[in-house]
Amino acid sequence: MKLFLKIWRQKDGNTKGKMVDYTLDGVESDMSFLEMLDILNEELIAKGEVPIEFDHDCREGICGTCSLMINGRPHGPDSRITVCQLHMRSFNDGDTIVIEPWRAKAFPVIKDLVVDRSSFDRIQQAGGFISVNTSGRPVDANAIPIEKEMADKSFNAATCIGCGACVAACKNASAMLFTSAKVSQFALLPQGQVEAADRVMNMVRQMDLEGFGNCTNTGACEVECPKGISLENIARMNREYLSASIKG
Amino acid sequence: MDSKVPAGPLADKWTKHKNDIDLVNPANKRNIDVIVVGTGLAGGSAAATLAELGYNVKTFCYQDSPRRAHSIAAQGGINAAKNYQGDGDSVYRLFYDTIKGGDYRSREGNVYRLAEVSTNIIDQCVAQGVPFAREYGGLLDNRSFGGVLVSRTFYAKGQTGQQLLLGAYAAMNRQIHRGKIKSHTRHEMLDLVLVDGKARGIIARNLVTGEIERHSAHAVVIASGGYGNLFYLSTYCMGANVMAAWKAHKRGAFFANPCFTQIHPTCIPVSGDHQSKLTLMSESLRNDGRIWVPKKLEDAKAIQQGKLKPTELKEEDRDYYLERRYPAFGNLVPRDVASRAAKERCDAGYGVNKTGEAVYLDFSAAIMRYGREKALTSGLKNPDEATVRKLGEEVVEAKYGNLFQMYEKIVDQNPYKTPMMIYPAVHYTMGGLWVDYNLQTTIPNCYAAGEANFSDHGANRLGASALMQGLADGYFVLPYTIGDQLASDIRTGPIPTDSKEFDEAEQNVHDRINKLMSGAGTHSVDYYHKILGKIMWNKCGMSRNAKDLKEAINEIAALRKDFWENVKVPGEAESKNQELEKAGRVADFLELGELFAKDALERNESCGGHFREEYQTPEGEALRDDKNFKFVSAWEYKGEPKDAKLHKEDLKYENIEVKTRSYK
Amino acid sequence: MSGLIKSSLARKVVMALSGLFLVIFLVLHVTINLASVISPEFFNEASHFMGYNPIVQFLMQPILIAGVIVHFVMGFVLEFQNRAARNVRYAKFNGGANAPWVSRNMIYSGLVVLAFLGLHFYDFWIHEMAYKYVEANPEDPTRYYAETVEKFAPMWRTVLYVVSFVLLSLHLWHGFASSFQTMGVNNKYTPAIKSFTKLFSVVVPLAFAFIAIYHHLNPITH
Repeated sequence: MKLFLKIWRQKDGNTKGKMVDYTLDGVESDMSFLEMLDILNEELIAKGEVPIEFDHDCREGICGTCSLMINGRPHGPDSRITVCQLHMRSFNDGDTIVIEPWRAKAFPVIKDLVVDRSSFDRIQQAGGFISVNTSGRPVDANAIPIEKEMADKSFNAATCIGCGACVAACKNASAMLFTSAKVSQFALLPQGQVEAADRVMNMVRQMDLEGFGNCTNTGACEVECPKGISLENIARMNREYLSASIKG
Repeated sequence: MDSKVPAGPLADKWTKHKNDIDLVNPANKRNIDVIVVGTGLAGGSAAATLAELGYNVKTFCYQDSPRRAHSIAAQGGINAAKNYQGDGDSVYRLFYDTIKGGDYRSREGNVYRLAEVSTNIIDQCVAQGVPFAREYGGLLDNRSFGGVLVSRTFYAKGQTGQQLLLGAYAAMNRQIHRGKIKSHTRHEMLDLVLVDGKARGIIARNLVTGEIERHSAHAVVIASGGYGNLFYLSTYCMGANVMAAWKAHKRGAFFANPCFTQIHPTCIPVSGDHQSKLTLMSESLRNDGRIWVPKKLEDAKAIQQGKLKPTELKEEDRDYYLERRYPAFGNLVPRDVASRAAKERCDAGYGVNKTGEAVYLDFSAAIMRYGREKALTSGLKNPDEATVRKLGEEVVEAKYGNLFQMYEKIVDQNPYKTPMMIYPAVHYTMGGLWVDYNLQTTIPNCYAAGEANFSDHGANRLGASALMQGLADGYFVLPYTIGDQLASDIRTGPIPTDSKEFDEAEQNVHDRINKLMSGAGTHSVDYYHKILGKIMWNKCGMSRNAKDLKEAINEIAALRKDFWENVKVPGEAESKNQELEKAGRVADFLELGELFAKDALERNESCGGHFREEYQTPEGEALRDDKNFKFVSAWEYKGEPKDAKLHKEDLKYENIEVKTRSYK
Repeated sequence: MSGLIKSSLARKVVMALSGLFLVIFLVLHVTINLASVISPEFFNEASHFMGYNPIVQFLMQPILIAGVIVHFVMGFVLEFQNRAARNVRYAKFNGGANAPWVSRNMIYSGLVVLAFLGLHFYDFWIHEMAYKYVEANPEDPTRYYAETVEKFAPMWRTVLYVVSFVLLSLHLWHGFASSFQTMGVNNKYTPAIKSFTKLFSVVVPLAFAFIAIYHHLNPITH
């Protein structure tokens, strides 16, 4: 199939970028979206042009590195997948595809389609952990039984791959779904209780400092999240935050 | 080669060693810097633990966050000799299974230690909040993996790797927050700096700005993973590379068993030339899936041409070849055995997709079995087949839903209705930097952990053991053994970066980058990488012979020469440049590939993942030669790969009887 | 208060609480207004009570006004911050693919309702204040019904009111249930809250619109 691509090109963080048009022929339906971009890049290199930079790594939907806004939707038109799992059979011959980086003040563009998501790291550094040292003799793993339902809920929150699609999809560029998933993972486990209040206060403070927007409960994040992280986590974080603030 | 495995009874070696080695007192640890390259399970856990102990740690990863290291993609699980299922598991049995699984090519002392600390890993991870799968009683659940007869694998649905890595990353975050770890993301190590023969720092490139940076430390830990991307197509992430390990090798660290590569039997088959990567389907699927090809060649042909559907084939016309050949372990034979068996059937013409390179992994029997069980427990009397199937599909979905979904996204076929197609793909490298019992390479103060070292898996790794080894090295081994060497550094003081050694290393890096940027520009980096991958897969892959290996050595050397003359790297060196990153990595693969083939050629036996066609039993099983090859090959760099010098570390088995590996 | 401005979560809670407070006020308002259709006498009585009871006038009315101000000021602050959080816009943004229009356009439905409030204040509250305190007219417990009906005589005002009620409906459609999510309520009752929200956000504005249209169609003949 033949495609018309409109792709954001930006030399670096200090240079202004623009949309550039490309035409790509010979795309096959069982290629992945990123393989389609690989082919475009090979053509650009052959022509002596600088290829398009985009973030990607595992190409199996788990590392959370790939991060493209495709036709106005993070990770493209299909649901519950990352860009690397998107295949060209989701497109038709002659389609025009607009490809942009995640847009958020807290995710500045590094080059072309590559953005800096270190703000996510800093949110987690602010409290996304349980303070336990490595030692050869901690409590036996089965010493504290955990209700299966809670363990599963914690797991579901922990499936967040930190890709940033929630921020990209949100009209407010809010990071609430991400932060709440990280808060929830620990809040749902007995091991996470001791530091629960400090954790939520610190992580929310850092989230605000990074310049993300506010949540207005549109639910776009939940729809676009490749791992289906639920809005319940945001409600849980709100609860945790309120009770932590009241306790002081 | 001195492995420094302590003397004494096997079960006491690690305890005794920990008691004997030198320690650094807490006040002095504050004066010692450690660089950790790579932040996957091994690097992340090592960095966190070293920082907890008080060392000043600097971490480096090429990804934009430590959390994205490819450990994250491990699906199935992590082994530990907890014996929670009461099925007779023990530290000794895990040790035994691992040695046997590795076809008697790993070091007893290391493997026993691995089995010993495996239980601590689970305790540690649960304490960190890793959400492992649990049973309704609230206790941890287990499942089985290939090559063992007990259920000792802990898991978190299909993303155990991500959950364990997030645990290690959280531990790192806590130390970053305390200022004990300085995390350098989007950085790549381009050279190792030796001062007075000791590893004292690295040269790194800031991948965002292109700046070349000097970083010094009292020790350097290399935890940069394996080198399977040598094959171009593999289950590795796109960025996985051997750069850190290879630079250490070129500075004097011996590279061990490069030809020991794991080809994983259950991956999604290649679909076309555009393919950039292969996707693994977890080994856990072999718990319930049955592997088969058609019994009759004409049926196979019809399936290849799309004239026949697998579901139309009668039970008696199917060849469940693993169950046929290996009745005791059936579909759960170790990976090397399963992969080779698939290749054998496909080479004989029984493959089932249009390329003839695929076999079926069929869940219909499991679906019906689970369905009947579920119908019984739900009190349904005489349910019809459709109901049983529906109930069974629900059970299978609960167990493997995300994997089935992943398969459907890629292949566009529904694996609940038609069997999955799978084929072996490169998945893990058992070889790596040679290390002693302290995980120190042959360069003093340079350590290697996780997949980057060679130590624990011999010639074949068992499923769910990579996560175990990475975390064992990082959480429980390296942080203690590193003290033995660093105890002599308490008075050294900060290592200056303005020495002539750093000057030389940085100049070396600049020269290399300039050379890459000034290629004549006829072919892209991927062009060379793809050719290299084809040579490796066809001549150094699942089965090897002397003729092919000799050809491979020559072809790779010629390709390397062509690469350095004609590679085209667009853009600038002083900015973000993914092509330049790739070029540096492929340049290393073009050297390692030759050493790989040389190692495979030298090892005139078949063992584990290394199958030499000249050395097999009449039934086509691997034929080991313990008399002549019961050793670790440790290669010393001598300029060109062909000049590498072989050192042998003899393997001694004092606690285990070395016998022919059988899964029949 | 500075703490409230600093934390995004606290700001949202303020939004939710003030919104819920205004929802309760709406219930009261629509109940009394409905009386104007059923019983002019009762409407007059109730209006007179509200207009001259000191608790209503000097405690509840200021709280209500404060509630309105907090809600819209905070709404503006949040909107301003949210726009700043995406400093470069997308060339193509398909917001409709993942979130309903109402949830993405609260600022616009809110602005319309705010503009309406201006008109509504001008129509009734300013008039009331002038009547009572500026002109210092004597109490007349029977004037309210006639005054109200008269307001809806012009077509333009009736149309403006009805349009505003449609926007109010849209605002409530998202805002009511959303405030529970913000307060951390997302559990087995959530589907019920969402259903109730839909019912409420249709019925209440519909009732307001009905009253306006009813009075427009049934002027008092002298």
